[in-house]
Amino acid sequence: MSEENLLFFSEEWVKRFVEELNKNQSYFEAAKNWEGDFLFIVNTGPKIKSEIVVYLDLWHGKCRDYKLLPDRSAKKTEFIFEGPYDSWEKLAKGQLDPVKALLMRKFKLSGSMSKLMKNVKAASEMAKNCSRVPTKFL
Amino acid sequence: MWEFTSPKKIVFGEEALEYLKEIEGKKALVITGKTVRKLGFAEKVSKYLEEARIQAEIFDEVEPEPSIETIVEGAKLARDYNPDWLIGLGGGSNMDAAKAIWALYERPDIEVGAISPVEKLGLRKKAHLICIPTTSGSGSEATWATIITDSSSKTKLELASKELVPDIVILDPQLPKSMPPRLTADTGMDALVHSMEAYVNQWRNDFSDAMAIKAIKIIFEYLPRAYENPDDIEAREKMHIAATMSGLAFGNAQAGIAHSMGHALGATFKIPHGRTVGMLLPYVIKYSAKEAAGRYAEIARAIGIEAVTDEECVEELAQAVRALMKKVDLPLCAKDMGLDWETFTGELDELVSRAIVSSESITNPRVPDEEECKKLFTCAFNGEEVDF
Repeated sequence: MSEENLLFFSEEWVKRFVEELNKNQSYFEAAKNWEGDFLFIVNTGPKIKSEIVVYLDLWHGKCRDYKLLPDRSAKKTEFIFEGPYDSWEKLAKGQLDPVKALLMRKFKLSGSMSKLMKNVKAASEMAKNCSRVPTKFL
Repeated sequence: MWEFTSPKKIVFGEEALEYLKEIEGKKALVITGKTVRKLGFAEKVSKYLEEARIQAEIFDEVEPEPSIETIVEGAKLARDYNPDWLIGLGGGSNMDAAKAIWALYERPDIEVGAISPVEKLGLRKKAHLICIPTTSGSGSEATWATIITDSSSKTKLELASKELVPDIVILDPQLPKSMPPRLTADTGMDALVHSMEAYVNQWRNDFSDAMAIKAIKIIFEYLPRAYENPDDIEAREKMHIAATMSGLAFGNAQAGIAHSMGHALGATFKIPHGRTVGMLLPYVIKYSAKEAAGRYAEIARAIGIEAVTDEECVEELAQAVRALMKKVDLPLCAKDMGLDWETFTGELDELVSRAIVSSESITNPRVPDEEECKKLFTCAFNGEEVDF
């Protein structure tokens, strides 16, 4: 029986994404020295009426905590990674890599780029983790 | 959207240094190291600047693999002296230092680590940057990167901002003529690896391709000549141009795993950068060809290899690189660099973990996992064929 696809960035999708991330050995190896929390934000646009804000507490190769938040002011984090829905979709489909996406200004980063650049493999493995979640897009 | 970033002007050919007589301004700070100063190049630059009625000050404290402390010291001098030109003179370290000193001179409110591709630095309000390479390899004169060492944590900060690309690059073939053959070979191989890795990279583009493929052709033809006869001015000029073209290529694409592995190997065992990346290149070609055989075949055909299939081209390209390295007396495997197996294997896990997290590994056409990276290092140590 085929698994039901989860709507990208829905609560169920985020829950599954985190479950998969915490089982993902490649991510664990790449991010084993990482300490830092994120807001992942899907900006408003034609497909998104109000911002989607996801909090992820990433610590030594695992996600310790996550939440869908009502808005970006609900939590102060070390990093904010934000972009439009189409860019997130391309990232999830493996059509964009996270660092190149930043350089292409498809996404905006708040926080230390140099810290992120020392952990590009972790960022890449996290993006790849999306492929482990059966996903449907808007 | 992507973009190709390059210096505004590249002045090249014999007597290119005399271009300095034509620039306009009041004060210039020449940033260099003791070795380059001893060769008399900094004084020559100052003399030409004087002819342009520009007062010159020389900061010659840049060490190989420049530290944050040196950058802070140079920036302080710049703020006291208030130049409208900064001039990076020397190899990659001196030019990298000039870029970082320039950033901190213009932005005294930031620290070195804040230089980032996504931060607007707002440079060029106080000064502009000229880079004058004296070696033919690093490509720093054409890139937006600067590598600075954090002595406290013994790590290298790989910093980048498109604003750091120099305004003017001067390529005078008289300057690299002073390089001894060993340095000519090491830096020339660095340039070859830059261009080959850019040509097959995931971030490659049509502009970087054009720079890379031309540079590769030049290097295969002229590196042996520059090595054998340091006074061959045509070969020196061609290699100087090829190194800058390679910088434009990898600066606008990326380098690959010969660089990420080479950085780890070179830093651990204190081996010159060009020698390590050059030694690794044939192994990396064989490994990466599983995902990029067609691209390597294009390189092979560009340098005149007449094999029929892409796979044959890849094999012959790896052999052509080895043949070039033999011509310039470079080692073909790590054990020929004086490393012993026990010491090497003692560091292997650390080498692998440093290499695979590098951004250069991520954009390689084939991205190695830990096991593959370990096998690649082992093949490169023993001179074994890569068949995985």
